[in-house]
Amino acid sequence: MKEDKLVLGGQEFDSRFILGSGKYNVELIDAAVKYAGAQMITLALRRANSNGEGNILDYIPEGVTLLPNTSGARNAEEAVRIARLAREIGCGDFVKVEVIRDSKYLLPDNYETIKATEILAKEGFVVLPYMYPDLNVARDLVNAGAAAVMPLASPIGTNKGLTTKEFIGILIEEIDLPVIVDAGIGRPSQACEVMEMGAAAVMANTAIATAGDIVAMAGAFKSAIEAGRAAYLAGLGRVLSGGASASSPLTGFLQD
Amino acid sequence: MEKTNHMEYMEGMEVIASDIMEQVITSMEEYDYMAYSEEDVISALKRDRLSPKDFGALLSPAAAPFLEEMAKRAQLETARHFGNSVYLFTPIYISNYCENYCVYCGFNCRNQIRRAKLDLEGIEREMAAIAETGLEEILILTGESRKMSDVTYIGEACRIARKYFKMVGIEVYPMNVDEYAYLRQCGADFVTVFQETYNSDKYETLHLAGHKRVFPYRVNAQERALMGGMRGVAFAALLGLADFRKDAFATGMHAYLIQKKYPYAEISFSCPRLRPTINNDKINPKDVHEKELLQIMCAYRIFMPYAGMTISTRERAGFRDNVIGLAATKISAGVSTGIGGHQQEGEQGDDQFEIADNRNVEEVVAAIKKQGLQPVMNDYVFL
Repeated sequence: MKEDKLVLGGQEFDSRFILGSGKYNVELIDAAVKYAGAQMITLALRRANSNGEGNILDYIPEGVTLLPNTSGARNAEEAVRIARLAREIGCGDFVKVEVIRDSKYLLPDNYETIKATEILAKEGFVVLPYMYPDLNVARDLVNAGAAAVMPLASPIGTNKGLTTKEFIGILIEEIDLPVIVDAGIGRPSQACEVMEMGAAAVMANTAIATAGDIVAMAGAFKSAIEAGRAAYLAGLGRVLSGGASASSPLTGFLQD
Repeated sequence: MEKTNHMEYMEGMEVIASDIMEQVITSMEEYDYMAYSEEDVISALKRDRLSPKDFGALLSPAAAPFLEEMAKRAQLETARHFGNSVYLFTPIYISNYCENYCVYCGFNCRNQIRRAKLDLEGIEREMAAIAETGLEEILILTGESRKMSDVTYIGEACRIARKYFKMVGIEVYPMNVDEYAYLRQCGADFVTVFQETYNSDKYETLHLAGHKRVFPYRVNAQERALMGGMRGVAFAALLGLADFRKDAFATGMHAYLIQKKYPYAEISFSCPRLRPTINNDKINPKDVHEKELLQIMCAYRIFMPYAGMTISTRERAGFRDNVIGLAATKISAGVSTGIGGHQQEGEQGDDQFEIADNRNVEEVVAAIKKQGLQPVMNDYVFL
């Protein structure tokens, strides 16, 4: 059987769990890498942009790919500036575009996200845009040169799970890029469900960070994501409604 | 002394098209905190997102028996929105000249204190000394004198601050939109204005002279700051001046309405209580005890979970250490409220108020870690 890898910007990942770590927490990073197998960790450039003790770049374990995000950007122009700054300070070419102009719900601005994606993709960034799951926008992001799309499952930090499930399903069906589900996943079962649907990876933070036992929850997410992926690859069995198959098929009258 | 009409703008004060003050005042006047029952509090705490009415319930006396539940919910919201981060900063007082006569303030123009103003070299020395402590965020304060600390002077202070700090906030006299825009160009990005009290009748009796006497110009300061391009604004009532529940409700509503009109704005609260000052050691926050203060902080947090919240050195170390991560997200360290207090030569001008927590940056960092939280010097990119 062919090896199952997540490929983003030409780079291969074994793990399909990405730690969203805008709020950064050393204990959480440790748990995510050791127990959830995370190979990619987001970090807010606004946090990395620090002089002294607080420089979180120092805490990134070896072998982990950094995914700087543009948190703090309110429009495409600001996102582009943050991404360039991230590259300058040595964060690599990956960037998660996050354009938010609503401090209350932190919902992404799809329009500005497309604009920023187009500019950054042209500059050679591997752009992973955080978006509200809208098919037309996802198509525009493909055309703009995104390396994946990252639809939200629920408003960020809410742990509410797959409230946008139907729309994420449409993206998975229609978009040829990896669909990485980001924000709002509150339980391992929800991560499993969206992986079964065919999501390429899951990003989580609050669900693990606010769990009673961070290490145990990191492990639970790992298992759930792997199970969901395995189920997707296996092809889900038929779920029959209304009992078993009719013994006399509806097409039984056909003769020649 | 002849008193002017405190509701009338003085010459040069910009009028903006906004009904936010009217809405805040109306909602505060209608707010009857005795009308809430325990059921109202329970129902508010069950909600995901609270309405202004729910916020009113949490600030009411009926919520007092639910303080522990409020604290738990507040802590959860703080963790959801800020992780385990606690941000550090320090204020720098660059001038204590003041033209206002605010009866409770140590800087007021009638108070006999040592006045001083740092020149640009003094500011640079002071800021360099602060930056040495590892801090990356600074809040520039002045007494309210347009004559002694004009906008250009404050702007120069902001430019110097940008050399040493990632984030520069200002807490100075309210100004016009173009002046805020100018300070934004100079590197400031966050504006704090304490309204003191939203009760305009009470306000009038406390602010006897000076620009600050004009109540509506002060209320609209945050909006003008955002119109001038500032990223964020902070709100506060000085608790203990008037009816604290009404003032806290008005503060929350002010922030709520500003956020609604300017959804991208970063919103923050401060929760100062009255403190003794030089020549007036009898000032106290009256009926706002720590319990009430915590209730207010938790109510702000649950009502607007995404808002920042600063805990002042007006409070003792033990209180401050316990409210970070619970409701507060930002804490000052190494604080001096006098002029030039960060350099070896010592203060040139007297303090605005007495502080209750004298710990330096290192000590506060250690205290944050002891709480299982993470001290963060910067979470900001100036764009």
